[in-house]
Amino acid sequence: MSMQIATSVDEVLSAMAAGARPIAGGTDLVVGHRQGKAPLPEALVAIDRVAELGEITDGDPLRIGATVTHARLMTDDVVVGKLTAIADAAALVGSPSTRNVGTLGGNVMNGSPAMDTGAPLIVLGAEAELTSATGTRTVALDELWTGPGRTSAEPGELCTALVIPGRPDTSGSAYVRLEYRRAMEIAVVGAAAAVTLDGATVSSVRIALTAVAPTIIEVSGLDALAGRVPDDGLLAEVAELAAEQASPISDLRATDRYRRHTIGVMARRAVDAAARRAAGEEISVPVNRALGIGAAA
Amino acid sequence: MSDLVNLQVNGVAYPVQIATDRNLSGVLRDELGLTGTKEGCDDCECGACMVLLDGQPVNSCSYLAVQAQGREITTVEGLADGDELHPLQRNILATGGVQCGFCTPGMLMSAEALLERNPDPTDEEIRIGLSGNLCRCTGYARILAAVKATAVELNGSGA
Ligand SMILES: Cc1cc2nc3c(=O)[nH]c(=O)nc-3n(C[C@H](O)[C@H](O)[C@H](O)COP(=O)(O)OP(=O)(O)OC[C@H]3O[C@@H](n4cnc5c(N)ncnc54)[C@H](O)[C@@H]3O)c2cc1C
Ligand code: FES
Ligand code: FES
Repeated sequence: MSMQIATSVDEVLSAMAAGARPIAGGTDLVVGHRQGKAPLPEALVAIDRVAELGEITDGDPLRIGATVTHARLMTDDVVVGKLTAIADAAALVGSPSTRNVGTLGGNVMNGSPAMDTGAPLIVLGAEAELTSATGTRTVALDELWTGPGRTSAEPGELCTALVIPGRPDTSGSAYVRLEYRRAMEIAVVGAAAAVTLDGATVSSVRIALTAVAPTIIEVSGLDALAGRVPDDGLLAEVAELAAEQASPISDLRATDRYRRHTIGVMARRAVDAAARRAAGEEISVPVNRALGIGAAA
Repeated sequence: MSDLVNLQVNGVAYPVQIATDRNLSGVLRDELGLTGTKEGCDDCECGACMVLLDGQPVNSCSYLAVQAQGREITTVEGLADGDELHPLQRNILATGGVQCGFCTPGMLMSAEALLERNPDPTDEEIRIGLSGNLCRCTGYARILAAVKATAVELNGSGA
């Protein structure tokens, strides 16, 4: 096998056109190989030194380059300020070393139904920008993820950025997950919410769920919640909708029944935290630690 | 395929001929003879293999050595200044944060990265900084105490 270390997007794209697979932090690719899950590809192109893939650009839309690391996402002012759910998620990934090399693009393109940044990206309306030697297209995330570990990207397509529409000042977002340990853990289940307020009432709410279906899924039927205050009654309905729409499996981490119950709890906590942030309350990142959600202290 | 790779470790350049799929910990230990870096799980769970890449922690068991070209690699051998132990090394011995010692190099590298980033960490920040490192002997409290003592020492001396 071989590895080329690229310093420009053009170099990456020509290597990929010739059959190479991109590697960013390698925390899925190399770890999967060490665990014996999948052999390493014959040809790799390292993308972690391509400066233009590592940029965060504020504006409408916002752009987060594919190789921005979790360590940067959880501390970057723009991400923490405007895309808080992504920062919540990044801060929970693995350990400092996982976050130091693991990237947003790697998380998204690895396509795990347990990926932590996926639900936040969905509720914030993100699209993936895919670039190949023949051009660039943007793809909605529900069309990108086609199954566990599968995406609709073509072999020669590089994810160059996640593109996210600007958000009103009266909106807030949050991501919470249930975990058995506070580090080196993946979500048992997780939920992201984005809430926009109009005075004291909700004008829009989006919720997406982690690890309860073959891909990250968005909860439907939330339009009816517009115009209401985010009180206990609304949160109870949110929990019910999330639990109904989940189709969890049983595995060694949890049974399907436990996942279905706890996804409702996570969804209501995510909406509660997002609404409080939308109303101007400071809840530090990650919300799991700030509110003592998930694993015990 | 095998590549001629230049690895920069603890300030020394090591030209080395290695296969592309070799992991960094294996190359450090078996090709360069730097056996301070340990291999525990070999698949990114225990942190015994922690080294620094450009000052930031990386699990070297699960990082391809060829991808570390052009980066400054620091291993536990790079901490001491000649015979003079690094304050973290001195303090982890003094507090009793070492028993079998297998986790110690990885702990030291994570702690070093933390203090470089954040010279005055809270207890919670120390716990998070070391959260990728497992120790089956000490119960962690004395390791945390060593990091705390080092922070106090470094800040007290105005460093
Ligand atoms: C100990 C440990 C703990 C972890 N904890 C978590 C966790 O809590 N939550 C979580 O979500 N994940 C977790 N992970 C998984 C992993 O760290 C993340 O998914 C990370 O974001 C992957 O990024 P990477 O850059 O390392 O990807 P890589 O391993 O480099 O790549 C992953 C896949 O995506 C492809 N790829 C990478 N970048 C691109 C791109 N720009 N365009 C196209 N394809 C691309 C690669 O070819 C590969 O198939 C953990 C992993 C480890 C080892
Ligand atoms: S040997 Fe690398 S994490 Fe255990
Ligand atoms: S001292 Fe034995 S594993 Fe930590």
